Amino acid sequence: MPLPDATERWTMAINEVTIGAGPDDGGTRKSTVRVGGEKALPYMHFEGPTPNRTVVAMEVWDCPPADWAPSLVDALGDVVNSPAEWAKACEEKFGAEMICLTLKGAHPEFGDASPDDSAAVVKSVLAATGLPLIIWGCDHDEKDNLVLPKCSQAAAGERCLIGTIKDDNYKTLTAACLADGHNLIGESPIDINIAKQVNILASDMGFPLERMVMFPSTGALGYGIEYVYSIQERGRLAALGGDKMMAMPVICQVGQEAWRAKEAKATAEEFPQWGNETDRGALWEMTTAVTLLQAGADIIVMRHPKAVAATKKVIAQLMKD
Amino acid sequence: MIVIGERINGMFTSIGDAIAAKDKKPVQEMAEKQLAAGADVLDINVGTRVPKAERPEVMKWLVEATREVTNAPLAIDNPNIEVVRAGLEAACSKGPAIINSTTGAQDKLDPFMDLAKEFGTGIIGLAIDENGIANTVDGKVEIGMRIVAAAMEKDVPVEEVYLDPIILPVKTDQTSPKVTLETIAQFKMLSDPPPRVVVGLSNVSQQAAERSLINRTFLVMAIAAGMDASIHDPLDEVLMNEMITAELLMNKSIYSDSYLRAYMQNR
Repeated sequence: MPLPDATERWTMAINEVTIGAGPDDGGTRKSTVRVGGEKALPYMHFEGPTPNRTVVAMEVWDCPPADWAPSLVDALGDVVNSPAEWAKACEEKFGAEMICLTLKGAHPEFGDASPDDSAAVVKSVLAATGLPLIIWGCDHDEKDNLVLPKCSQAAAGERCLIGTIKDDNYKTLTAACLADGHNLIGESPIDINIAKQVNILASDMGFPLERMVMFPSTGALGYGIEYVYSIQERGRLAALGGDKMMAMPVICQVGQEAWRAKEAKATAEEFPQWGNETDRGALWEMTTAVTLLQAGADIIVMRHPKAVAATKKVIAQLMKD
Repeated sequence: MIVIGERINGMFTSIGDAIAAKDKKPVQEMAEKQLAAGADVLDINVGTRVPKAERPEVMKWLVEATREVTNAPLAIDNPNIEVVRAGLEAACSKGPAIINSTTGAQDKLDPFMDLAKEFGTGIIGLAIDENGIANTVDGKVEIGMRIVAAAMEKDVPVEEVYLDPIILPVKTDQTSPKVTLETIAQFKMLSDPPPRVVVGLSNVSQQAAERSLINRTFLVMAIAAGMDASIHDPLDEVLMNEMITAELLMNKSIYSDSYLRAYMQNR
């Protein structure tokens, strides 16, 4: 007896977003990335095309990451003391496809760098690497509203991806990204309804939906990943089913979340039965990333070079028919 | 929900007069107004003032006038196959169309299905056969089944078949709304994938004093029963908002505080 055809037929594709602008488009990037465009659930190649593979970005901070696990800092080396050197190493040594510059040092409690200082860091990173840039605020709304417009201006023409806007703080950054030609990240706290609302709010300000990426919050393996996964999947199902307000590519902050887990950062001394921490953290980060690939992640922001290499390998395998 | 805007109809004075005067403007304005208000498809009906012999020509003119301002799907609304053909010829070169409508009577069903296949259109099938309008759930479902079978036989995709259970005015037949709701649910179980279900909404309130209220209430109930498409007046904003809300409550779209606006932007 022949099996019944269970192939899903979807009515809509995820928006395709281009990040980075080369000399032909008024920027200075040596490479650009295209994300989104899926017409099927992740890696269901028999149901519809996945024209762009998931892109791995590496996190670079504007200040030395004092609280990161020693095993992670050791893997990165001295470059963590200079954002430009760090970004260069990500491009040349670690295989990053994008740089995610996190302006942690602008936070009032982590250095309180001035908007001009942050803009200078953005310029130095742009000069040091040819990769497309994500610029991520310090997660302090008032300070971000001062810092991010300056950084947006400093990177005008480079078609960066800048974030994040939230449902109660979106006007300043949306206006800046609109003016400077950047793409925009909409953030929601693992809440599908707010995710949609943020997109509507930006769209109401005239921001093109085709230049938006969603950040639905990320949870690490063992720390809420199932919930995050189901929210992400529900959003993707709605988008493929025709909801334009949900048809944005998704970005996941895998490094940040995975390295919060004690399984990633605890030493072998604390938990001898868990084995050597040198590879354990990278493994935890990679496993978190691979799980979120299945939920439809389009951009994955990571930290550990080994985790980046392993995740890229998995993506390449999944993209084969 | 697929909203089929009912306002381009010779029965309405402004459109009837426009047809008589061969003035495209009121037709085109009505097309644009309905689309802006949330119509997905525009019904095109020459009305009864036009003499029968002139109807194919008038249908062609109405469709061409509409096509000058939109490539949206048009529902070519006439019981006569020659009038429908004239409309499809004018409509399909620029955009999709739906035949509105065939009955389940075999002598109509076969040629109309052939027409749907020829032009690659959707088709509305009414729960009417040689014996007239079916009044019971069983009778309506039997005709629905016949229409779906005819589509399959003629290779018209079942998803392009819109079954209309035919709602009678509550003022003259108070059992009709409930029978219609039960029929909607059963139509959706006729095949996999199921046919679509459409209702000519304003019929339920014919001659009644509270027309708009009755239309709105029935629309919400029909959505809950599984209806996919409705022929109604999209310019009735309250009706449209209730429709969008009913779909939200049926979990057909993701809630957001601005869900009414999101629905309109999503189109």
